[in-house]
Amino acid sequence: MADPDTNNKPAKNAARDGAIHMRHLDKWFGAFHVLKDISLSVRKGEKIVICGPSGSGKSTLIRCINGLETHEKGELVVDGIPLTGSAGLDEVRREVGMVFQSFNLFPHMTVLQNCALAPIWVRRKTRAEAEARALRYLERVRIPDQAHKYPEQLSGGQQQRVAIARALCMEPRIMLFDEPTSALDPEMIKEVLDVMVDLAEGGMTMICVSHEMGFARRVADKMIFMDEGVILEEAPPSQFFSKPKHERTRLFLSQILHD
Amino acid sequence: MTNLSDAKILRRDRQTSILAYGWHWARIHLFSSWMNAALTLSAIALLWLTIPALIDWLIISASWTGESREACLNENQGACWPFIFEKWEQFIYGRYPQEEIWRVNLVFLLAFGGALPMLIPAVPWKGWNALFLVVIFPILCLYLLSGGVMGLPYVESSRWGGLLVTLLIAGVGNAAALPLGILLALGRRSEMRILRTLCVLFIEFWRGIPLITVLFMASVMLPLFFAEGASFDKLLRCLIGVALFSSAYMAEVVRGGLQAIPQGQHDAARALGMGYWRMTILIILPQALKIVIPGIVNSFIALFKDTTLVLIVGLFDLLGIIQLHLADPNWSTPQTHYTGYAFAALLFWLFCFGMSRYSQYMERRLGTEPSHNG
Ligand SMILES: Nc1ncnc2c1ncn2[C@@H]1O[C@H](COP(=O)(O)OP(=O)(O)OP(=O)(O)O)[C@@H](O)[C@H]1O
Ligand SMILES: [Mg+2]
Repeated sequence: MADPDTNNKPAKNAARDGAIHMRHLDKWFGAFHVLKDISLSVRKGEKIVICGPSGSGKSTLIRCINGLETHEKGELVVDGIPLTGSAGLDEVRREVGMVFQSFNLFPHMTVLQNCALAPIWVRRKTRAEAEARALRYLERVRIPDQAHKYPEQLSGGQQQRVAIARALCMEPRIMLFDEPTSALDPEMIKEVLDVMVDLAEGGMTMICVSHEMGFARRVADKMIFMDEGVILEEAPPSQFFSKPKHERTRLFLSQILHD
Repeated sequence: MTNLSDAKILRRDRQTSILAYGWHWARIHLFSSWMNAALTLSAIALLWLTIPALIDWLIISASWTGESREACLNENQGACWPFIFEKWEQFIYGRYPQEEIWRVNLVFLLAFGGALPMLIPAVPWKGWNALFLVVIFPILCLYLLSGGVMGLPYVESSRWGGLLVTLLIAGVGNAAALPLGILLALGRRSEMRILRTLCVLFIEFWRGIPLITVLFMASVMLPLFFAEGASFDKLLRCLIGVALFSSAYMAEVVRGGLQAIPQGQHDAARALGMGYWRMTILIILPQALKIVIPGIVNSFIALFKDTTLVLIVGLFDLLGIIQLHLADPNWSTPQTHYTGYAFAALLFWLFCFGMSRYSQYMERRLGTEPSHNG
């Protein structure tokens, strides 16, 4: 396991250069210790895939990165902005896009309005600019023709691609994906993964919680295995899949690669 | 010849088929089971007993013309409409001076002209329309009704009455209760502990006391706290009391809607960098309010009918003023009371039914076609 503590000295520099810098992070839900002493560094343009059993804290970890959850202990610097308490929150969220398992599109707005909303109200773009940008990204996720429909009129795969376009419209530097395909029927998974691969090849910094191992093999620079709130294993995919160090990882991989 | 008889046969066929269809329909909808048949028959019996009697009393046996009680003292035993015809001006305007009534009419007209385009979704310029209703109309309304400046003679509020007062209290009460209720509901769900506690206290306080008590407090007790002469208008005090009272109910209705919005909507809005107010106004409230339209309209209707309680603090709303005139010896007939109350019921029902139908229309519309906020 690569120990992030070995390069201890240039921590400040790493914080500035890297996309995400997380040191000794701890988080509790009441008495329940969800995240235990998590340290993780992500360079710009790096792609990271996180996997692990249900309840291991994967969602909580990536929700900390854009401040949807607050950590109680430790240091977290995202895109050069330190996140402590509620300071830096709005700044970080403007630079970090997030895609959820359940899409979370705004049902009372059309696809185009969903995408143009944040650029207008958060980035202060004009409506025309924002809509032009929205159409550009809808094109990129290959559904420009659905722009005037409402989310409920789209299939799950289309909705998730809209959600990706909506996040991209803020032109974020980092994208977080929390199991983006696990609520989808098998035939729709590919269309979403294709978009994500496309994004990865474009050089986006990406943190994905996903159990799509084919996708992980293809784009990940680094695999992370979490269990019970700790990062148990951290390795490049070649090593991660062929010779995992921990018995727990091996067991997990055999289970999910089996079906 | 043959052609003609053919046509006849055809027509008879069609008639029998319509009859057959009617019978078929009735079998399915009205007599599908013994239970259903029994219900159908008792409903028919009930209608048979009430409707003809009602029509007879309201129209056929009713007295329609006359100047005084003599008109209604005949043996017909029907409604005494001349009583309404003679008094309707008081019923609508209270004791508002005769020569100033045009001011009230103008207010009604402005309210109607301002509200109607707002209520019809297809009419554009909703922003300007709302500005008129929220800012310009209340000022105009106050100026026109009260007067006292710029050439309009002063009409003190104790002379306002009837439908004018009913609509005024219900209108102002509801118009103030909705935004106040929304703020209270948001406050009650706030993460700030003090704000949350204050909102809970406020809501529970107003929900815990009857409206009658609120009105008594506003009209009788409040002036005791003010220095002599510093006390302000009784109608205004009641308006404030009613608005605060119904805002507490509105808050709970709106809170129900807020709770129905999934956490994911908050997460998505936050993740896009929206602050609390942007998230609330653009994402949460449009969805939450849509869900609770029936509850909101229910509150509107309840308040509209509750305005009748202002009678006990000496304000004369529609029902109050009708009751006042029932005591007129000039019109004391056996039918006057029934007629007066029937008229009050009819007016109240018309307004409430209108609100109810409008809410059904809005629900249907929003249900099939999500609103366009963006
Ligand atoms: N808001 C919360 N309050 C209390 N406990 C929570 C909360 N959110 C999550 N948890 C708990 O924290 C643990 C980690 O949750 P998390 O959602 O991060 O897991 P996960 O790895 O994403 O699991 P899954 O694969 O099921 O999504 C779980 O045991 C969960 O029950
Ligand atoms: Mg999860």
